[in-house]
Amino acid sequence: MTKRNPDYDFKWCPGCGDFGVVRAVELALADRVTRLGEPIENTVVVAGIGCSGNLVHLQEGPQPFGIHGIHGRTLPIAYGVKAARPELNVLVAAGDGDFLSIGAEHIGPAAKRNMDVTCVVMDNGIYGLTKGQASPTSAFEAVTPTTPLGKLDDAMNPLELFLALGVNYIASMLSTRPRDLAATIGEAMEYPGFAIVHVQSPCTTYNDTYAALKGNPKQGIEPAAYPLPEDHDPTNREQAMAHATSGRIPVGLLFRAPESIPMYQRLTGARERAGQREAPDVEALLSTLEI
Amino acid sequence: MATDLVVRFAGEGGQGVVTAAEGLAQAAARVGYHVQTFSTFPSQIKGGPTWAQTRISTRPVLAAGDQLDVLVVLNRYAYDHHIEECRDDGIVVYNSGDFEIEDGNRCIGMEVDRLARETGNPLAANMVMIGAVAALAGMPAEYFTDFIRERFTRGRANDAVIIEGNIKALDLGMDTVQETGLTVAGLDSPPLTEGPRVLMRGYEAASLGAIASGLDVFVGYPISPATTMLTFMERYLTGDGSYVGQSSSEIESITALIGAGFAGKRAMTSTAGPGLSLMSEGLGLAWMAEIPLVVVNVQRGGPSTGLPTKTEQSDLLTALNPGHGDLRIPIIAPGSVEECFYAAAHAINWAERYQGPVILLSEASVAERQQDVPRPPLSSIRPESRVTVNGSEAIDGDGPPRRYRGEQLTPFPVPGGPGAYVANGSEHDEYGDTTHLPKWHLQMTHRRFGKLALLEEDLFESEGTEAQIALMPWGGSKGPSRAAYLALRDRGDLAWYFTMFLNPLPPALLEELRAKELVLVPELNYLGQFAGLLRQQGVRAEAITQYTGLPFKERFLTERIRERLEARTGELVRV
Repeated sequence: MTKRNPDYDFKWCPGCGDFGVVRAVELALADRVTRLGEPIENTVVVAGIGCSGNLVHLQEGPQPFGIHGIHGRTLPIAYGVKAARPELNVLVAAGDGDFLSIGAEHIGPAAKRNMDVTCVVMDNGIYGLTKGQASPTSAFEAVTPTTPLGKLDDAMNPLELFLALGVNYIASMLSTRPRDLAATIGEAMEYPGFAIVHVQSPCTTYNDTYAALKGNPKQGIEPAAYPLPEDHDPTNREQAMAHATSGRIPVGLLFRAPESIPMYQRLTGARERAGQREAPDVEALLSTLEI
Repeated sequence: MATDLVVRFAGEGGQGVVTAAEGLAQAAARVGYHVQTFSTFPSQIKGGPTWAQTRISTRPVLAAGDQLDVLVVLNRYAYDHHIEECRDDGIVVYNSGDFEIEDGNRCIGMEVDRLARETGNPLAANMVMIGAVAALAGMPAEYFTDFIRERFTRGRANDAVIIEGNIKALDLGMDTVQETGLTVAGLDSPPLTEGPRVLMRGYEAASLGAIASGLDVFVGYPISPATTMLTFMERYLTGDGSYVGQSSSEIESITALIGAGFAGKRAMTSTAGPGLSLMSEGLGLAWMAEIPLVVVNVQRGGPSTGLPTKTEQSDLLTALNPGHGDLRIPIIAPGSVEECFYAAAHAINWAERYQGPVILLSEASVAERQQDVPRPPLSSIRPESRVTVNGSEAIDGDGPPRRYRGEQLTPFPVPGGPGAYVANGSEHDEYGDTTHLPKWHLQMTHRRFGKLALLEEDLFESEGTEAQIALMPWGGSKGPSRAAYLALRDRGDLAWYFTMFLNPLPPALLEELRAKELVLVPELNYLGQFAGLLRQQGVRAEAITQYTGLPFKERFLTERIRERLEARTGELVRV
């Protein structure tokens, strides 16, 4: 199958980082099908609102299930899917505005529940679909239509935030390397707990950061992105925090908690201990109320 | 002898007035009386004016009663604020350890706290009060001693001591009253009731109805007066395959339900006014993407934080149109504790049947009160399951599956199975992909509203239908309205209607209402919300409103209705 719906006419701008991300998601899901033998219909992609969320309609090839819901609520929707059907593979795809601004309140609870969901955060440092307003990750002093005097708020550091909130698996990646990204998304989906793959996915129309990320020696631009060194120990929270707050953008697996018991296992474990593995007996409950 | 005994306990939060009222109700129900409790308190844990009431009757109780046979008051404030509701021949039992009533000849002073301390258990103050009431109404001590033994036999080392202390407290209360020689009219013997009965609260009935109807997932956020349902579910919705969780907000609750409903499960939450407001965008998504789920909204006084622990019926318009844009959420509003059970089961069935969100509109006074009701037979609950996609239907030729095909309900694709699609909150085409073309917005709008016809059921009560003026309350105003109707029924000029299905209304009911000269709608809000909705649907409806945070009183309603009936007679004479 080529495009799943020939009438669907949404387009990303030429050069948009999200092309690399959708390709990576397709590769990661296809790999999961071949390697684990899991049908594609076992995956649910929960997409946010914004340019990035359209990924759910633009995936080529065999289709997973999808939810394209409301702005900022990918995580609680994914929570509901996972609570109801722990055996499903749930992937969240959202932008920085959706995930880090309106939806930021949901990251902490998702991390603390350790729900077994993988999030692909497509960070372009701007609100693209509403035409270029400042987002939490836009640079301090960035001039945009909503910050004509320059952005007065400090830029949010998402990796530092995720570490502080106790996210158990955190990777920082680039949309320009879809195969690396696919491999990381694949690993994150297999990690038993809450995982965030944060992707620098530049917006060529409103916030083109390709040069800043890669650097440009001719223009004297030092690359903002750097690969995590080979000796980086992703199980070491302090090391991860040092890279997250280095002032540059580390690329690779930043943090992976070695111990991770996902939401569903916690519930079944607690129910096992409390003797609550059996469904409720309504007749018996009514009998306790009988006069 | 009397058919009814209405007792109110009033004091401060933490003084055990609610426990006293419920203990009295439980003991009376145990010996075969019909009972109903009502309690009201401020939004604080300790202190603040609190009162609770029990009505014991030889007939099924419709309302908590507005004339007190016995008023038990623990402080001066309570006496001053409740004495007007005591019958002329009623009796006041007051806490003489706290204040004195100088001019009362039907008042009994009792040092409640000192008597409780004498038993060695200061917590037994409520049993002293119950003892006093029992003696006044001539109820035998055994009614209560058996109840105390049952209630406090909890397998703990000090059970015997606590039981003994409570029985002693009961005796002290009874003795104090018997010394005065005062009594109220003794209750007739308990009636012979047929079949097993249960004593339950509205939220327990709703929770059990939902579980009986196959509930899988419950996610909620604490909020008065809806938290009780969440805690009930946390405790009793057990078993592999089910999930209960506390969310971080009502936004999280509703969107989690969307995820669970999308994943093929029956999902429910409970909330109240402010939470319903936060759920508005999510309810719109569920309507738009056609996801089954149930929100139980336990109404309290609003707007904003309003009256968190009081009762009101002011969320009807919000429940009907919680979100922006064109939508109309199906609503079921139970009128009694018993109806809560069937309403919750029905709400889950409706969500499955039409593949969309349903609101169960309860209210504080219905959810929290205790009442004896016939034990609901589980055979009367028939859980429905949404129509789902099976292998062959999902394949639309060689093209992608068309989840939203046509203007009628279509089979629901369940993740893990065939028919993968995108459940989309943006307007979409039949595949679920976003589109802004007018033809799709037209088709999908017709589709979403058209499915409501699947919920039209002609289930309603009616009586005296030849009369041209009708009384039709909704929700928890049913009880006092029914009592008023019974008081006026013999006039022969008033019809009675009731349904818990507010949207869509039973079509045959709507037709009958449209033929009436006037439909009177008692409701606890300022706007006359339901009367307004009926007028929109071509019914000559007029509201009888009250907005005090308390339920209607029977006498108030009876008089208001009588005035309206007689005004009409006057008009006819003038014509």
